[in-house]
Amino acid sequence: MTQSVVVQVGQCGNQVGCRFWDLALREHAAVNKKGIYDEALSSFFRNVDTRSAGDGPDIYKGKICSLKARALLIDMEEGVVNEILQGPLRDVFDSKQLITDVSGSGNNWAVGHKIYGCQYRENIVEKLRKTAEHCDCLQCFFIIHSMGGGTGSGLGTLILNLLEDEFPEVYRFVTAVYPSGEDDVITSPYNSVLAMKELNEHADCVLPIENESLFDIVNKIHQMVNSGKLGSTVKQNSLVTSSAGITKAIQEKPFDAMNNIVANLLLNLTSSARFEGSLNMDLNEISMNLVPFPRLHYLVSSLTPLYTLADVNVLSRRLDQMFSDAFSRDHQLIQADPKHSLYLACALLVRGNVQISDLRRNIERLKPSLHFVSWNQEGWKTGLCSVPPVGHSHSLLALANNTCVKPTFMELRDRFMRLYKKKAHLHHYLQVDGMEQSCFSEAVSSLSDLIEEYNELDATKGGPRTDPSRLKIAV
Amino acid sequence: MSIVTVQLGQCGNQIGREVFNAICSDVHGTHGLCSKKENESYHDACKERFFIEAESGVPVARAVLVDMEPKVISQTLSIAAKSGYWKYDDHSHFCQKQGSGNNWANGYTVHGPRHKEVIMNLVQKEAEKCDRLGGFFTIMSMAGGTGSGLGAFVTQCLRDAFPSSFILNHVIWPYGTGEVIVQNYNSVLTLSHLYQSSDALLVHENDVIHKICAQLMHMKQISFKDVNQVIAHQLGSVFQPTYTAEDGLHYSRNPLGDLMETLVPHPEFKMLGLRNIPQMPENSLAYSTFSWPGLIKHLRQMLIANAKMEEGIDWQVQPPRPGSSIPSSHSTNKLLHFNTSIANLVILRGKDTHSADLGSFRDPSLYTSWLNPQDAFSAWKTPRAFNKYEKSASLVSNSQFLLKPLDNVVRKAWNMFASKAYVHQYTKYGIEEEDFLDSFTALEQVISSYTIL
Repeated sequence: MTQSVVVQVGQCGNQVGCRFWDLALREHAAVNKKGIYDEALSSFFRNVDTRSAGDGPDIYKGKICSLKARALLIDMEEGVVNEILQGPLRDVFDSKQLITDVSGSGNNWAVGHKIYGCQYRENIVEKLRKTAEHCDCLQCFFIIHSMGGGTGSGLGTLILNLLEDEFPEVYRFVTAVYPSGEDDVITSPYNSVLAMKELNEHADCVLPIENESLFDIVNKIHQMVNSGKLGSTVKQNSLVTSSAGITKAIQEKPFDAMNNIVANLLLNLTSSARFEGSLNMDLNEISMNLVPFPRLHYLVSSLTPLYTLADVNVLSRRLDQMFSDAFSRDHQLIQADPKHSLYLACALLVRGNVQISDLRRNIERLKPSLHFVSWNQEGWKTGLCSVPPVGHSHSLLALANNTCVKPTFMELRDRFMRLYKKKAHLHHYLQVDGMEQSCFSEAVSSLSDLIEEYNELDATKGGPRTDPSRLKIAV
Repeated sequence: MSIVTVQLGQCGNQIGREVFNAICSDVHGTHGLCSKKENESYHDACKERFFIEAESGVPVARAVLVDMEPKVISQTLSIAAKSGYWKYDDHSHFCQKQGSGNNWANGYTVHGPRHKEVIMNLVQKEAEKCDRLGGFFTIMSMAGGTGSGLGAFVTQCLRDAFPSSFILNHVIWPYGTGEVIVQNYNSVLTLSHLYQSSDALLVHENDVIHKICAQLMHMKQISFKDVNQVIAHQLGSVFQPTYTAEDGLHYSRNPLGDLMETLVPHPEFKMLGLRNIPQMPENSLAYSTFSWPGLIKHLRQMLIANAKMEEGIDWQVQPPRPGSSIPSSHSTNKLLHFNTSIANLVILRGKDTHSADLGSFRDPSLYTSWLNPQDAFSAWKTPRAFNKYEKSASLVSNSQFLLKPLDNVVRKAWNMFASKAYVHQYTKYGIEEEDFLDSFTALEQVISSYTIL
């Protein structure tokens, strides 16, 4: 069994991360009734003997003593991390896992990447090493951050670089929250594009998320729950936005519902690696199957169902509905419509009481309405995990490598250009040591190259009209 | 003679467990429909072939379990032990922490050499426990990373370490519509490598077994366990003891050797398909009766028309009449309706097998011209019924059964290779484009050979 480490950077990263740990504890508590520290738990948690003060030795078997998250919490201002440490999850984190500063990055990628990057580099590397040493077999780093700010975006991408240098064998999965059009941070296009270059070059897989999509999903659920008609039959703890975690929060904070969705995404992504099933899908398989060319590693994700109704419907119809929903526009976590764009590859990770025949039936049913690239007409990667998420009998995570990410990137570039042409706010960046105009031009050029690759795929549908001719054998 | 089974990867281990289950439950069943003495010698032969008697009295399977991550093996071991009828040896398994990531290159060039010694040690130990080693039976899927890549490497090691032993690879052909996106690459690499070290490849296609579950067994929701149980039943029908000689004095002592001798006359032709009839839900068995003429007629037509199961057989297809020009084709793309055989083996189990007439299988028009029909066809019979079926017939065939699936896999893999998609994932571990080309060439050769039969 392998372990994964979560690196949460910046305000957004830490808020999402906090929700992730809460829901992870809830999920394991639901499965692990006897309180034994098992391999599934060890993928995200250490079991520490807290009786010995300080860094007690890890306990690998037996009862759960004290669980510590395999995480690094990094923020250049203290507010968010402090709140976590005073909140109900304080025991899950170790003071040695935190790196904070006081003044923040001022929404400036350069400050995060260059200034704090330099200043904290050694500290970060040391803490990463420590966390890695606690792992028997470290497989993956999950980095959570937003693209639009300064710390998450700048320092987060520096850490990505560090991880590639120090731990080249370990996968780097990035959950990146992209700014929407009406983002209140004016310089978010700069920060995002500068960060994109790093993601292009150093990440193994990126799961882009847009706040707008999360917001729409939250509203949809809200309407459903409050509609009165079906509302009373919705199981509260099954909501993908639910905070009903281990800790009973006194008051739900504003972004909690949206962040819970992202937390659930990560839980579902790693479910088959942690729990058993008839067709396991590990994290390294995700990268292997969904990344046909090194730079095209942006995966559009969707989660279904969003909630469970308490009354029992016909199982197979509910299942089929779940599959259909996964491909609909309003279930995607970015503003994109994969059905009307080109699929390079698609992965379906099913949890719960679903068998291979259900999976096959639905793939056959949905295939005709989807466009796959010519060299990957049957490009489906599937996984079956027996353990469903809390409150559900089954669930589905769909990951698509699809050209529908292109509009998101193109808009980002447009917003960037609007500012850049006027050189607006540029001086804030250029006055940072190590930043030059070339950083900007290289970044936007990297983004343009990426967009161009997607364009070409769309134009040619990936290949020649007819099958390439086969090798001829002399008889 | 004993057979050592090597279970590789998730698929290999899940199927292996069902196979031993099926064999055990067949032996313990009271539906032998034969004399007590017969039953006992069947029991003994089976035991010797697949199990070792342990002090506890619970038979221990002669198997080595290999996987690159621990979940499946621990599940397999515990489920077997729970049955109470048999178990695996507690030490006869090897696993690592992190799987092969569906990457053939990772399984073959990284995990293979790294763990060669440990794995081969386990195999050696199992081999030494046999009074007489009859050969190796490996179970793997072609689609993933461990079963396929590590499996190909282990097969090579087996060949090197045991040059005169028989090696039969049981290979699972994945569903056509993806379980794994790079499954066609993995399949091409696996098949081309296995062809060099293995004696024969016995193939089961997931799509076919799925149809059997749906249409013959009437299952509504089909799980991998169901699929694996059908596969286990079919394998059991081949590997359980039978008489090979006409006199039927003792059970075959060399099952794998006999299989190879009858079916693989030429090293270019190693692809074996398997058909078994009848197949039906267990609760229908009591209400069904079968006749040997009926079963044999169906089985023969399944062979000729390349039907996957006993429903939906195309009865129009007939072998070419002698004297007329044989409709073979030299182009690799023509769809052949009539399934030409090189060699066939029919195994009959159950009541009144002595009365079964297999003359129709000796028809020369079924076969290529280079073997005498007497040599091309063999029949094994045993009066002991198998797994609650009063009469059961299996066909192991070296014919064009697998030509179309093979062609499809190569075509899809070539398509993907032409665009170079995913190739960087393989070159990362040392499998270069030339290695791909070598594999493609090898398989095109096999396709061509089977096409011009």
